[in-house]
Amino acid sequence: MNTHAKSGYLFVAPFLLVFAAMLVAPLAYAAYLSLFREQLIGGTVFAGFENYTRALQDDRLMDGVLRVARFFVIQVPLMLALSLASALAIDSGLLRFAKVFRLGIFIPYAVPAVVATLMWGYLYGPDFGPFAQLAGKLGLPAPPFLSDDWMLGSMANIVTWEFVGYNMIILYAALRAVPHDLYEAAAVDGAGAWRIAWSIKIPALRPALLLCLIFSVIGSFQLFAEPQLLQRLAPSVIDSGYTPNLYAYTLAFTGQEVNYAAAVSFLLGAVIVVASYTVLFVSGRRSRS
Amino acid sequence: MTGTLERTGTAAPARHRKSLASRRSNVLTLGMLALLVYFLLPLFWLGVASTKSTEDLFSTFGLWFAGDLNLFTNIKETFTYGDGVYLRWMLNTLFYSLVSAGGAAFLAALGGYGFAKYRFRGNNALFGLVLGSIMVPTTALAIPTYLLFSKVGMVNTPLAIILPSLVSPFGLYLMRIYAQDAVPDSLIEAGRIDGAGEMSIFFRLALRSLAPGIITVLLFTLVATWNNYFLPLIMLNDPDLYPITVGLAAWSSQSAGGGSGSTGELLALVVTGSMLSIIPLIAAFLLLQRYWQSGLSAGGVKG
Repeated sequence: MNTHAKSGYLFVAPFLLVFAAMLVAPLAYAAYLSLFREQLIGGTVFAGFENYTRALQDDRLMDGVLRVARFFVIQVPLMLALSLASALAIDSGLLRFAKVFRLGIFIPYAVPAVVATLMWGYLYGPDFGPFAQLAGKLGLPAPPFLSDDWMLGSMANIVTWEFVGYNMIILYAALRAVPHDLYEAAAVDGAGAWRIAWSIKIPALRPALLLCLIFSVIGSFQLFAEPQLLQRLAPSVIDSGYTPNLYAYTLAFTGQEVNYAAAVSFLLGAVIVVASYTVLFVSGRRSRS
Repeated sequence: MTGTLERTGTAAPARHRKSLASRRSNVLTLGMLALLVYFLLPLFWLGVASTKSTEDLFSTFGLWFAGDLNLFTNIKETFTYGDGVYLRWMLNTLFYSLVSAGGAAFLAALGGYGFAKYRFRGNNALFGLVLGSIMVPTTALAIPTYLLFSKVGMVNTPLAIILPSLVSPFGLYLMRIYAQDAVPDSLIEAGRIDGAGEMSIFFRLALRSLAPGIITVLLFTLVATWNNYFLPLIMLNDPDLYPITVGLAAWSSQSAGGGSGSTGELLALVVTGSMLSIIPLIAAFLLLQRYWQSGLSAGGVKG
């Protein structure tokens, strides 16, 4: 092995090279930029951690972070519960046409977030959305999907629609890998399908669920396409700081505050990494006890 | 890994079906049917809406067809509006996603195999570094990448979309797990005894066993690039370079901005364009769906 060990570098070098150029370098550059400040007079000057202290006191950024945190706490458990229930149902053998369900629920994942948001935006709309049309026929007011109170829920619905199938497939694939002897042994012991799901399948899904959870942390905190596209339908509800990512985008491309945007991006990345590791740590501790 | 998976996957349901056939649950089937309606009804709406003129969109019920079929007029207009820019966006998307996915899958396969099969110094540390970066969100990375690219004059080029999409830490992770089991050490040893070089062992012997894993990573990155919106939105300002997502978003903002009048017709085009844009990916999903499962289970079970 030893004589060949060095050829290992040849195999990993191309990936690591692109990794360094496309992941490490931009992060390093952003970290560097975030330490400077632009002035009308005197150009760019070193500012130390000024951008970061400004970000931490920036109410709009904090509102955005809290909003996506709230989104995460409500939307993700709902989405994962639906995914888990679907995966268990499809795997249970109790379902007719299981394959139709598996494919049908997965299809929305093939729809880009942009198309999903445009589509749901039309569905929500008061003009020709079917919900408004139905309500009109019944003589009821149109449901205010795009109002201030409903917006976060409406957005959660779009994201749930997009990703239940994806998470379901991850969970379902993990279920297929559970040795089926276990089910048969349990069935011999008199366990029904529900009991088998609860006592054997769900515990076996722990690692897969954790994977879904981590991906969901990352997804929630970087929400962008949905709020950015819905903003056009409800400009008074969604401001440029609605999600942190939208805020960073606005700072960089509308406000031309490049250095501050770099600091916000960097901080956002840090928040996500910390949140992900917190999820890992908490669930890791729970499994040990 | 997948070898055993495929086997349990095909053998078990048959046994399962036998013992449980009498206990099929109608309640469960009905519940799932409601869920299925939730997932497919919006797409049905989109399909119906793409057969309508803009007027009919407003004047007829959304979930059923209008009197006259406007689908072919809509399709024709979608492809001819603005000198056929829609087709250009579709081809751009196809180009960006195929090149990115192919490149990313190749780099991940090469790297995953290297990490799995060679015990060089720093193997674990380097792999740990890549693994940790799975948590770094791509959109938080996009603005820094834009700043870097604009410094070196690379914004507004196809490379600005493709290069960042070539790195798939999750792909590398999947490929490492996959290579561990799919390529036996004895195969590599046999190649060495025959006097083959390390690279030719990879390309001639290992690559074939790695193929299902590679296709999974390929599909992953294909979807990620196909759906990408944030990166091309900030990197590109030439409409001829837009992928379909940015193009449709631009049309939709034009149609929303003007309301009725000259831009009102764009509404039908956004709807039809959206409908047409999702067909290729849905078709690819349905055709290649078994690869998703094998690759994903390798990541999910051991993750």
